[in-house]
Amino acid sequence: MNKWFKSGTPWIWMTGGAVSVSLIMVIGLFVLIGWRGLSFFWPATVYEFDMVDSQGVHSNVIGEIYDSETVLKQQLVDAGITGLEGRGDTLERYLIKVGNREYVELDFQWILETTIAGRYVPANIVVLERTKNGNFYGYIKEIQENGKTLSFSPEQLEIELAARLELTSTLKAKENDLLKGDIGRINFELERIRLNQRKLNLEGTLTPEKIVELENQSQQLRDEYLVLEKQLFAYRTEAQRDSVVITDMTGRDVVMPMAKVLDFYLPNKMTFFEKVKHWFHQTAKFVSDDPREANTEGGVFPAIFGTVFMVMLMAVIVTPFGVIAAIYLHEYAPKNTITKFIRIAVINLAGVPSIVYGVFGLGFFVYIVGGSIDQLLYPEALPSPTFGSPGVLWSALTLAILTLPVVIVSTEEGLSRIPSTLREGSLALGATKSETLWRIIVPMASPAIMTGLILAVARAAGEVAPLMLVGVVKMAPALPVDGNFPYLHLERKFMHLGFHIYDVGFQSPNVEAARPLVYATSFLLVTVIIGLNLAAIAIRNNLREKYRALEH
Amino acid sequence: MQSDLSNQLRANQKRVIKDKLVKYSISSGGALVLVTLLLIFGYLLYVVLPIFAPVSIEVEKQFTQTKNEKIYALGLDEQNDISFQIDEQGTISFISLREHDLGDMLLQKKMLSSPVAFAQTSPRHNTHLLTNQTGQAIIFKPEFDTSYPNDQRLISPRISYPFGDQLIDIDPQGKAINVVSFELDDEYAAIAAVTSDNRGLLVVFNATEDMMTEEIVWESELIELPSMPKNVSQMLLSPDFNNLFIRSNDNLIVYDISDADNIRLKSAMSVNAPGSHVTDIQLLTGASSLMVANENGVISQWFEVLKDNKRSFTFIRDFSAGESIADIVPEFFRKGFLTTDKQGYLSIFHTTGDTRLLNEKVSNNENLSVAFSPRANALLVVDSQQVTLYTLDNEHPEITWSALWQKVWYEGYPEASYLWQSTSASDDFEAKMSLVPISFGTIKAAFYAMLFAVPIAISGAVYTAYFMSSSIRSYVKPTVEIMEALPTVILGFLAGLWLAPLIENQLPGIILLLITLPLSIFVTAALWTLLPNNIKQAIPEGIHPLILIPVLLLAGYMSMSFSDTLELWLFDGDTRMYLTNELGINFDQRNSLIVGIAMGFAVIPTIYSIAEDAIFSVPKSLTMGSLALGATPWQTLAKVVILTASPGIFSAVMMGTGRAVGETMIVLMATGNTPIMDWNIFEGMRSLSANIAVEMPESEVGSSHYRVLFLAAFVLFLFTFVFNTVAELVRQRLREKYSSL
Repeated sequence: MNKWFKSGTPWIWMTGGAVSVSLIMVIGLFVLIGWRGLSFFWPATVYEFDMVDSQGVHSNVIGEIYDSETVLKQQLVDAGITGLEGRGDTLERYLIKVGNREYVELDFQWILETTIAGRYVPANIVVLERTKNGNFYGYIKEIQENGKTLSFSPEQLEIELAARLELTSTLKAKENDLLKGDIGRINFELERIRLNQRKLNLEGTLTPEKIVELENQSQQLRDEYLVLEKQLFAYRTEAQRDSVVITDMTGRDVVMPMAKVLDFYLPNKMTFFEKVKHWFHQTAKFVSDDPREANTEGGVFPAIFGTVFMVMLMAVIVTPFGVIAAIYLHEYAPKNTITKFIRIAVINLAGVPSIVYGVFGLGFFVYIVGGSIDQLLYPEALPSPTFGSPGVLWSALTLAILTLPVVIVSTEEGLSRIPSTLREGSLALGATKSETLWRIIVPMASPAIMTGLILAVARAAGEVAPLMLVGVVKMAPALPVDGNFPYLHLERKFMHLGFHIYDVGFQSPNVEAARPLVYATSFLLVTVIIGLNLAAIAIRNNLREKYRALEH
Repeated sequence: MQSDLSNQLRANQKRVIKDKLVKYSISSGGALVLVTLLLIFGYLLYVVLPIFAPVSIEVEKQFTQTKNEKIYALGLDEQNDISFQIDEQGTISFISLREHDLGDMLLQKKMLSSPVAFAQTSPRHNTHLLTNQTGQAIIFKPEFDTSYPNDQRLISPRISYPFGDQLIDIDPQGKAINVVSFELDDEYAAIAAVTSDNRGLLVVFNATEDMMTEEIVWESELIELPSMPKNVSQMLLSPDFNNLFIRSNDNLIVYDISDADNIRLKSAMSVNAPGSHVTDIQLLTGASSLMVANENGVISQWFEVLKDNKRSFTFIRDFSAGESIADIVPEFFRKGFLTTDKQGYLSIFHTTGDTRLLNEKVSNNENLSVAFSPRANALLVVDSQQVTLYTLDNEHPEITWSALWQKVWYEGYPEASYLWQSTSASDDFEAKMSLVPISFGTIKAAFYAMLFAVPIAISGAVYTAYFMSSSIRSYVKPTVEIMEALPTVILGFLAGLWLAPLIENQLPGIILLLITLPLSIFVTAALWTLLPNNIKQAIPEGIHPLILIPVLLLAGYMSMSFSDTLELWLFDGDTRMYLTNELGINFDQRNSLIVGIAMGFAVIPTIYSIAEDAIFSVPKSLTMGSLALGATPWQTLAKVVILTASPGIFSAVMMGTGRAVGETMIVLMATGNTPIMDWNIFEGMRSLSANIAVEMPESEVGSSHYRVLFLAAFVLFLFTFVFNTVAELVRQRLREKYSSL
């Protein structure tokens, strides 16, 4: 035995174990996020439980099994739960999502296996997705039009509900278009006229004619608004027409206006293929919808948009600087102390904690640069800041500094792989150094630049801490791009997937309800970032192979 | 031919110029990296430095005024445009400090003829009281009205009478009042007085709103104080109406007057500095601290401290002004105060900062009065010859080296301690900005993370670089490295919402893992040696990890499912309760263990990747030589490879530490963010980075808090700068060494 230890075999196994542990952790993490994130969209079976309490009173609970855990009997006895005699040491406990938030005390209830007298899977249970208060579980009873019950057979009821829901949704979509489109534009224009007037006033060139002119313009807009408003109210009234009556788990009939219902489905009736179809449908809604109810329901479209927009802006800023710095370091830099300092600076830029960039960005970009821009270009809006408050431009700039070393290191690696014979050949043929660079080196290094850019984008997409200081918000009222001049609003705050995860997971009032959404968002973010990284690795490997071939 | 050549030359010249241009622009682009780093460094420093800037005063306006009467009170309006003086003749004078009518008397009124005693409230209520020979008093308040005629700000003085412009009876017997103290707020007021025949009186006023007229009516009640020392020199009422301080020479008596029907003696003690006598006592803003000035220039701070379940006034710290102190003046909102002495020197102090911030001669004569402006940005100095308005540059008195890094005895705390508590709802809150607890939190988090990460990452790197076949290595290495790309917000989220409850429920199982995982590896290794040789040879070398994955998963599963049983056996069925009750260990759900695992996860790829590179690039000639001389692979590894690569491994650990120290989201999400100082693995912490992320958005630009947060960022910056630079230099040297081999 001693000899065996001396030979080192067990230690080799131990080091091997460390690799296994690392692999288990990485793969386990992806599996965990993937499983939890994707199963969120799968239509779960809705159960009806027949519950009986210690007095023998029966009650009904309808809901999805959300989670389960084993508890020690001892802990339950300590907590004062009786009637557990004759049970094993451990008991099963289920977390049931019962929904119907405005009608029950807790929309997530823990129930102990001993209290369940029966568990059924009724086929005609319906799940309603609503604009407020989360899901509603129950049975469809009837459909009402203007408060009057319409008679349908049970089979017709579903079809009719779908048809009327479609109608209501169309109306609501029209209303939304009007609100965000034309009415949004009018508000924007009115604000611009107000600022214009203030600006003229500050400049001292506000003549009475100008006032009249501006007043006319805004009057015209207000008239236009009145017309649109009428249309808006008309849509709203029309959408109020239908409602559906649902019987909930306590047997109460709840009248649900159709305008509050987003979607409905009967999960227990669905076949496997219907469930798959529903899964795709839900996933699509998740990436394309706006969030609802303090971000705990609905989709993440604004966060995706914000992330992509900010990252693209950052890429535009970081690429030229990173590439130039890399070319300098590899092609021009003399071997001296300054070059050494620059290399140390690059390493340090990569190592400085991201939050420090956030602090720097907030102080320097937002308050100093942004504040100066406001003073010079937007004095009419002061004291409310335009660029002097956190926004997407400052976030992009801050992250550009943060990712600069990534681009530099990657580009330099690419440059160092280009055989020097190519440079020498070009110079020998009479090209200047800049021509060699422009015609030979940079095009050859472009995949490496691409790699660097992709890695920078991946890094930026996952970074949250600095953004919390320089521009990200939990709920942005408008996207940084819209139909109002100048179309790109770089001063606006934006939403970000990473911050969305932090905010919904840790700051939302109903963490339990929001958790699956956080997993789904995490999965989305991880997929994007890992995808980008894999792409970068693939490009880099491809490049290495190519240059290896060139060398021989 | 000729023109062709010249064209060519011209074209060449153009090309040369272009080449030069490109060279310069690229060089300047390269230098930009350095500039950026310096800019960050410089900007952080630029924001931080003002907190260490010395305090200074500068004469702004000055005019002559002969005044031989003693000045009872002195004050300024918020804009420092108008001053007022109340003198011993009972006259209040408003004097302009504006450029155009500097020194002009704006309003003067005799409030009381031949007053005997004077009292004023805490500066922010700015109300004054004068008593006469017959036990009566007048209460008045200098007010400043702001109006904007022609868009210009105009401040005009006015006198208001919160209790009406009539005299108020204090002593029903009509004796002269020699010493008086007065305090009021919106609904309560109190006057404490000592009459010439040495009776102590307390008049308490309650404001009630008249239902019909909505006017405020004050109802008063007279209470005789139980006993009075002889020769009362000074009385003070605390602004919260809880304490009455009576000083008789060097002795201080404190009455608890919070219940007017039951006034009791709280404490009596001597408060003089050793070998000296008390000249003045004064309350600091916030009503907790009493400042005692002595003849020898020592000012001592006293406040109530809870000791052995009893609150008692305790000596906290002292300051030295050098000369006999004539007067103490507290600031309006901060814990600062100034003193003047008989020689005309003025000193400014701050209690939390524990320093004398300024000592300067401002006058040549004894009859000196000084007032702070409400915003503490100016000082008004009046002596018998002239009036001077000084601008005071004293933005951050509370932040000093000792306040940031040493124990400070904060008001109301039983002892000096390190505390971080930057904001509160109350105005006169003493900000507690010690960087020690949050720096400690940073180190604690990094320590537990490294404890988890270093063994796994380095052993993993050793195996991957030295034992693993290159085909497997080409898959394993990128897989581990891709962990580095994982957004830390996701790790933080999983740690906080998935791992933390899991560990809380399955703690015995998790602890069991520490034993079962290594054990299962040993057992597998032992079983492997027992396998027949032909099977062993059929299986390729360097696939131990793949064999171990199912073994470890099984061991992990077994430990977790055994957790409940273990909990029942060892911990009475509830580990958490057991830890708290039996072992006295506090348990937070989001604790250092969670942070250690999650952040360890985040730094494993950093350490692994760099260490693997270092081990892998150890020249093959060295290992071959060692093996050829008869060493086993393990001996070669331990004695040759790791020794040679140790600088690289060291630099990997440094880089990992740098990353762990600066990580924000994981610490933010996986701990409770409480700034406690305790190494307990089951409690949380607050790190520098998380602290910045939490507090920066709410911090007011330019405030002390804002600058201290920048200082925290600067500390992080320096810390990681040193770590990264050292690590990089070590790596560069190692690279040179390898290439020479």
